[in-house]
Amino acid sequence: MAADMRLPTIRKTVSLSASAFDRKDLVVPGDVITSDTGFMRGHGTYVDDDKLTASVAGEVQRVDKLICVRPLKTRFNGEVGDVVVGRITEVQQKRWKVETNSRLDSVLLLSSVNLPGGELRRRSAEDELTMREYLQEGDLISAEVQSVFMDGALSLHTRSLKYGKLGQGVLVQLSPSLIKRQKTHFHNLPCGASIILGNNGFVWLYPTPGQQEEEAGGFYTSLEPVSLSDREVISRLRNCLLALAAHKVLLYDTSVLYCYESSLQHQVKDILKPEVMEEIVMLTHQKLLEQEG
Amino acid sequence: MAGLELLSDQGYRLDGRKATELRKLQARMGVFTQADGSAYLEQGNTKALAVVYGPHEMRGSRSRTLHDRAVINCQYSMATFSTAERKRRPHGDRKSTEMSLHLKQTFEAAVMTQLYPRSQIDIYVKILQSDGGNYSVCVNAATLAVIDAGIPMRDYVCACTVGFVDETPLADLCYAEESGGVSSLALALLPRGGQIALLQMDARLHQDHLETLIEAAMTACKGVSKVLDEVVRQHLQEASVLTGE
Repeated sequence: MAADMRLPTIRKTVSLSASAFDRKDLVVPGDVITSDTGFMRGHGTYVDDDKLTASVAGEVQRVDKLICVRPLKTRFNGEVGDVVVGRITEVQQKRWKVETNSRLDSVLLLSSVNLPGGELRRRSAEDELTMREYLQEGDLISAEVQSVFMDGALSLHTRSLKYGKLGQGVLVQLSPSLIKRQKTHFHNLPCGASIILGNNGFVWLYPTPGQQEEEAGGFYTSLEPVSLSDREVISRLRNCLLALAAHKVLLYDTSVLYCYESSLQHQVKDILKPEVMEEIVMLTHQKLLEQEG
Repeated sequence: MAGLELLSDQGYRLDGRKATELRKLQARMGVFTQADGSAYLEQGNTKALAVVYGPHEMRGSRSRTLHDRAVINCQYSMATFSTAERKRRPHGDRKSTEMSLHLKQTFEAAVMTQLYPRSQIDIYVKILQSDGGNYSVCVNAATLAVIDAGIPMRDYVCACTVGFVDETPLADLCYAEESGGVSSLALALLPRGGQIALLQMDARLHQDHLETLIEAAMTACKGVSKVLDEVVRQHLQEASVLTGE
């Protein structure tokens, strides 16, 4: 068996756009942004002696009189309408607690799910008792942010056939800032798999469902064996996502698909090698640029 | 003292430094991908790894939840191979517990915990090689990790140990100096405002010297902050270029 060995070397990361060096809008904690009192204090800033000071390292964003500092890497800050993928951590009275990479666990109320059968009715005490049959600890779900509570916790809902329990597939956890906001976050990729790009950085890869079967309110999960070819496609996509994330490329359907296409000449396992990663990502980037202009 | 001359007549220390000279400081941010924030820091031969998780939902005992701010949970540990004599317990002994508590106090002063009610921030620091000034190296490494995690802080927290020998304050003690019976002082500083986050001294010292010692420690901390600042800015440049906006 041929072993693959490499020596520890310092890898120079190839910058995709060599332009923006020496940027002036980058600040670190404690930097005074302005001492003018006419500005409003946004996220990532605080006022110290009438001076607006940064509290995180990142780039300054100005909207009219409002100054914010956006850190490069942070936990998920949910907004209403965001698509998230999460894991059930707890079953409580009339609610599930969901881990969504947010700073507090999100809440999925029993009243904001579609019950199996699809009929709309009041939630009875019986439903409360059978909650664990619908979703139990460790289950993965896709959902949408319904509202944000005062303390920053998110309230989710799955009142659409798109959302619900996730069955067989692969979860990839990435930084939320890498996900590009788009009209739809559910894609059936032409390469034979489907993808849910959660705004919270959780990406779900699963085999494209054959026919839109009569879904039991999103709680039914298929346990049919997934064919080897589908599994290979999903593994390749997963490695592609990791490659794109390592080089900080924004993730959306086109970038993922182009990366998949560029990776076809390599074996699935080879994609994780740093030099192959770099090559694939460069190819992807080129394709994206060509497509843009 | 046992014959060891900590400060020569020419004004040089055991490892050839001047009295106010710091050890070489090297650091890297974002060493792990799974953690929210991480950093590796070397100060001379002392090496530390810091990892930050959070802010996240309270884990373990719910009763510690604070309704107006986040709880900071610190754990200090030393690798078994970090000292000349192999350690039995990497963490949980009395010295580590005390150190964890000090780290917690230091970061509660700097991190803006009131922004994250009912959540928890975990800071784990591990000493990989110990050559004096463990507390200050941990604080410096943890600062970088917290910044990497994007958690709001008032300012950097920089720490440094200072010893007092022959009426002279020595900055950034190494292990040989620390164990040579020097009365030393550890100071954590928020450099821009000059606020002290933590001040610790175990040994005896004449009251008249305290002022000079603190003064020297503050200067040393500001020196450290300059290096950390450079590391953070460098990291920021690299990361933002990659994002390509």
